[in-house]
Formats: sequence, structure tokens, C-alpha cells
Amino acid sequence: MTTTIEALSAPPSVPPVAAPPSVSLLKRLQQPRVSLALILLMWLPLTIYVMFGSYLGDPLKSIVLMPAVPATLLLYLVAVTSWRESTVAIVGVTLVFFWLIVAVTVPFLPLADPDKPIAPFAAPGIVKHGHFFLLGADFKGRDMLSRVLWGCQRVLVWGVTATLAAYVVGSFLGLVAGYLAGWWDQAISFIANVLLSFPVMVLFILILNYLGSSGFNIVIAVTFASAPAIMRLVRGLTLDTKSRDYIFAAQTRGEHPLRIMIYELLPNARGPIIVDACLRLGYTTVAITTLTFLGLGLQPPDPDWGLMIKESAKVAMLWRFAYMLLIPALSVSSLILGFNLMADGLREMSLRD
Amino acid sequence: MLKLIGSRLLQMLLIMAVVSLVIFAIFDSDKFKKQIAVAELGGFAVSALSDQDYQAWLDRKGLNVPFYDRYFKWVAGVARGDLGRSYEKSEPVSQLLAKRLINTGMLAFWVFALMVPLSLTLGIIAGMKEGSVRDRAVSFIAVLTTSLPEIATAIVLTVILALGLRWVPANSAMVNGWDWRQLILPVLTLVLYDFGYVARMTRASMAEVMTSQYIRTAVLKGLPYRRVILRHALRNALIAPFTIIVLQLNWILSGVVVVEVFFQYAGFGQLLLDAALFGDVYVIQAATLVAVFIAVLSQIISDIGYTLLNPRIRFS
Repeated sequence: MTTTIEALSAPPSVPPVAAPPSVSLLKRLQQPRVSLALILLMWLPLTIYVMFGSYLGDPLKSIVLMPAVPATLLLYLVAVTSWRESTVAIVGVTLVFFWLIVAVTVPFLPLADPDKPIAPFAAPGIVKHGHFFLLGADFKGRDMLSRVLWGCQRVLVWGVTATLAAYVVGSFLGLVAGYLAGWWDQAISFIANVLLSFPVMVLFILILNYLGSSGFNIVIAVTFASAPAIMRLVRGLTLDTKSRDYIFAAQTRGEHPLRIMIYELLPNARGPIIVDACLRLGYTTVAITTLTFLGLGLQPPDPDWGLMIKESAKVAMLWRFAYMLLIPALSVSSLILGFNLMADGLREMSLRD
Repeated sequence: MLKLIGSRLLQMLLIMAVVSLVIFAIFDSDKFKKQIAVAELGGFAVSALSDQDYQAWLDRKGLNVPFYDRYFKWVAGVARGDLGRSYEKSEPVSQLLAKRLINTGMLAFWVFALMVPLSLTLGIIAGMKEGSVRDRAVSFIAVLTTSLPEIATAIVLTVILALGLRWVPANSAMVNGWDWRQLILPVLTLVLYDFGYVARMTRASMAEVMTSQYIRTAVLKGLPYRRVILRHALRNALIAPFTIIVLQLNWILSGVVVVEVFFQYAGFGQLLLDAALFGDVYVIQAATLVAVFIAVLSQIISDIGYTLLNPRIRFS
């Protein structure tokens, strides 16, 4: 109370340069450019760590994730403050960022080696061989807590990469089909129809069988499966905005069609695209976990949620060992729930505006 | 209308022709041929085989010709009703497929029989009064259950119902003959995974109808609320859910793979996965074509149903 009165009664002669730094810092972080920089600062180290970790030397590997930790925390702060108006979005963002923070900090946490067998079938909450098992150990004796925390890295990195790849391909084709129309539209739409007439899982199975199972091939498979739907969405949005005056203005200026598509059409379609991307991140996470469970996705021995389910499903069909299945299942569900709630919150906010 | 159906069916045939040719090209690789050899002769025999003998074996099996030759032979066979033989299970594909399709059909039948009434009722109850406690409760449950992937739902249900309470068997392999109790968990998993989406769509459609002028008129006219809902609102509110329910066939077909593998239920999804992992090309062909056929057919049915139910839409 007293502070507000003081603030209100502050002498007007204070120069504008001395604005309170705590408020302006957050505001400054919320600028799109700064947020983008933070996202890159979080994402690049994580991607490098997960995809190319084996090529990095040990000293490099231990420092590469360092800049990502503060960037992730700041991003969480920015996301919570800018989506304050929707509780649903905040819950979703919190769930997603919980796993993101785990992903970037997990090498620095005092955890057991996720691949080291210690005490097979140790129950949750007991001490065995001088190691405390908070979440128990799996059938090979590897610490479940450590495995489940390490497991989020690969799902997050491959899931986001795959969704991003699908979006790049899908939106480009959608823009071409919508803007250029005619022959381009017919050809692209026919290919999209062929791919859309497959049940998704059948498409995944066929593609991954042909390419072999690895993270990069999952990216290709997800692109094939998701790009047609994204293409339809972007095509619809493009058809919608194509006849606006600013597009005609750009055409009259003589701009290249590619430039019009990327600089004029795409930014104005971003609202529905962002909401759809959140949902699709959820689908992709499901797909990766499921494919890994089916033996077509990521390969052992690195910890991964789908692999944990796959390995335990054969040996853990007993009430006593149910935690081996439940822990990865609930982890993946919480991440997907986070993406879905985020999409719901964003849609709600965009409808309100 | 007929022209529309005709063109869609023609497009489906074109898609199926393209797809089957691509599958033959994909599964023509040396890796899959070797797998077939290993399955038939045994791993040791194949590694002991000289290159010449291996080529001779391929010749004998008819695998040594270009894939398009095999493709045309296969197409000619299909035209005569012969879908080929499975390399892995050495059984005619048509027999194998029929058996598995019946099993999956049984699964899908029960899923729909439970899912449709459940999701429609919940959706209508939620949509009757937007923002009410019941509405929010239904929406919350719907978001939660659709967010759980099938694999997680399957695990949670197995742990609670089969491992904890021991009410139902955890495994649906049906080793000792047919047992309906083994069908409970797969059906429940698919219902739980699927009903939320349909319920949300029904809710949205119902909520939209409830705000329309003619419903207000009916209420203000003094008609009993029950009658307004049953006679006036439902008719229009159920058009959108109909198309969505039909399109769920496509989803179920994907979900079935995971559920069948997890519960070891001998159905269509497991057949497809096994065949794909093995490179059993004739089985993959038949299974993929059935999947594409069902998917496209459900799209066509939902389109036709939508036009028939909604008099405002007419294709010219």
C-alpha cells in the first residue's frame, strides 16, 4: 500500500531513462526477437547434445547445455507472464516446461547413470547396494528415476524436430498450392490425398520399415504423415488471405511470388498455425513413443519412454512391478497433456481477442 | 450425387494402384529377400549358401525378376481373386486376412457400440448448458482421456483392472480358445482413447444449436424442455457428430495396431506390423489396401451422410 502511494507521489521531474529495471526487463524479454533468441539459446544446445552428443568430446559435452539452463528458465517466466489471462495455458506451459527444464538440467543433476545396472527389480523407495531408489529399478537394475528424467530429452528433441520439419514442408506446399493455384494446386492436392487416405499408423509402419528405425527416419516419417494435413490447413488460410489488398499491393510492387508467400501470406496465417502446431506436437510425441514401443523408433540402450514401456511390457506384468510401466506412461501422458492444454489455452485467447 | 460418388471411387482405385506399386518397389530390397530366405531355409543354411545357389533359390521362388513383373503378376492374380501366399506364415493371404479382419471387426464393433452412445450422451449433456458444472466436468474428462495416448491408457487400465483388481485377464492372445473376457481391456482402451474427441465435437455442435433462434422460440413458446431438446435440438446437433463418428473408423484402424500389439490380440493391426517387419510383401499389400479402402470408404460415407442429413449443402 505504502509503496504504491510513494510511487504515485514520486516527483515528476525524474528523467525517463531511470525507469524501474525489474519491470522493463520482463517487458524487454517479451519482445518477439528476444524470445526467439531465448528459444534458440535453449533449443540449439539441447539438439546438439541429443543428436550429435556422441561426436562431441567429454569436456565439450559437459558445457554445451550450460547456456540452455538460464534461457529455459527465462522463457518459462516470459511464457507465464504473457499468457497470464488463461489458466489452462499456464497449466499446459508449466507441464511442458517442467520436462524442458528437466531436459536441459539432467546432466547436472546428481543422478545414477541411467544405463548402469545396480539392483534388478528393486522396489520404489528402498535402499539397495548403497543406492536409494526413489522410483525403483527396472528389470535390469537401472535406476528408474534417472531413466525417466533422461528419457524426456530424446522425445522432446525428436518430437519438436519432426514437427518443425513437417511444418516447413507442409506450409511451403500449402502456400504454393493456395497462392499459385491451378496445376500446382491439383498436383499437390492429389499427393496429399494419397497420403491422407492411409491410416497414420500404416503409413508410419511402411515408411520406417523401408528406411530403417532411427531418429532421423522418424522425422521423415512424421513429415510424410503430417505434412498433408498441414498443407491443407495452410492452403485454406492462404486462399482466405490471398484476395486482401496488401497482397495486391505487393503484386503491384512487382515482388517475387516466393517473397509474397513468405513475407506477406505466412505471417498473417500464424494464429491458427501456432495452435495447430501445439496439438501436432502432442500427436508427434504420441507417435514417437508408440513407434518406439512397436520397435520401429529409437533404438536401445539410451533411455527413452517408449523403450522403457517396450522392455517392461514383457517382464513386468505383475502388480509388484507395475511401476515400471506406469512411470514412463504417466510421464509421456503429462507431456502430451501439457501440449494439448497449451493449444486449448491459446485457442481460447485467440478467440477472445 | 452419383457422379460425386463415382469420381471418389475412381480416385480411390487410382490411389490403390499407386500405393500397391510403391509397396512392391519398397519391399523389393535385398534385405527383405534375405529375410524370406532365412525364414524358409534357416539362418545357417543361408550363410552357408554360395552366391550362385542363393541366386538359384531366388529364381525358384520367382523373386529374381524386376518388381514390376511381380507387380503385374500379382495384379493378374488379384483380378482372379488370388491374393498370393504369405511367406512368413505359408498360408494363402486371403484366409489369413479374413481371420484377422473378423477378430479386428469384433473389436471395432464393441468399441463403436460403447463409444457412440457414451460420447453422444455426454456431449449432449455438456452442450445443453454451456459453462455449467456438468459441461466443465465433461470437457475436463474429455481433454484428459484424449491426452492419454493409447499405450498409456492401455497400461493404466491393465495395471488397475488386471494386475491390481484381477477382474480381467491382462493378455488377449486367446490361447485357450475364444474368451470374451480377454476382449474387455482392448475395447475399453480404445473407447477411452476415442470417446473424448467425439464428445467434444458433439458438445460444440449442441452448444451452437442451443444458442440459435429457433430453440429460443421453442422454449419461449412454452414447450417442455425435454421436448425442445429431443425433437428440436438433437436433429441439427447430431449432423456434425455423425461425420466425425464415421471418420473415427480411420483412427480406430491406427489405434488398433498399438492395442493389438500391447494385448497380443491376433488381429489385423498385428498382422500388418508382423508382415511389415518381415517383408512379407503379399500380406502387406493386402493389409494396406484393406486399410486404405476402409479409410477412403469412411470418408466417402461421411461426405454422403453429411449432404443427406444437412439440407443446406448440395453438391452441384
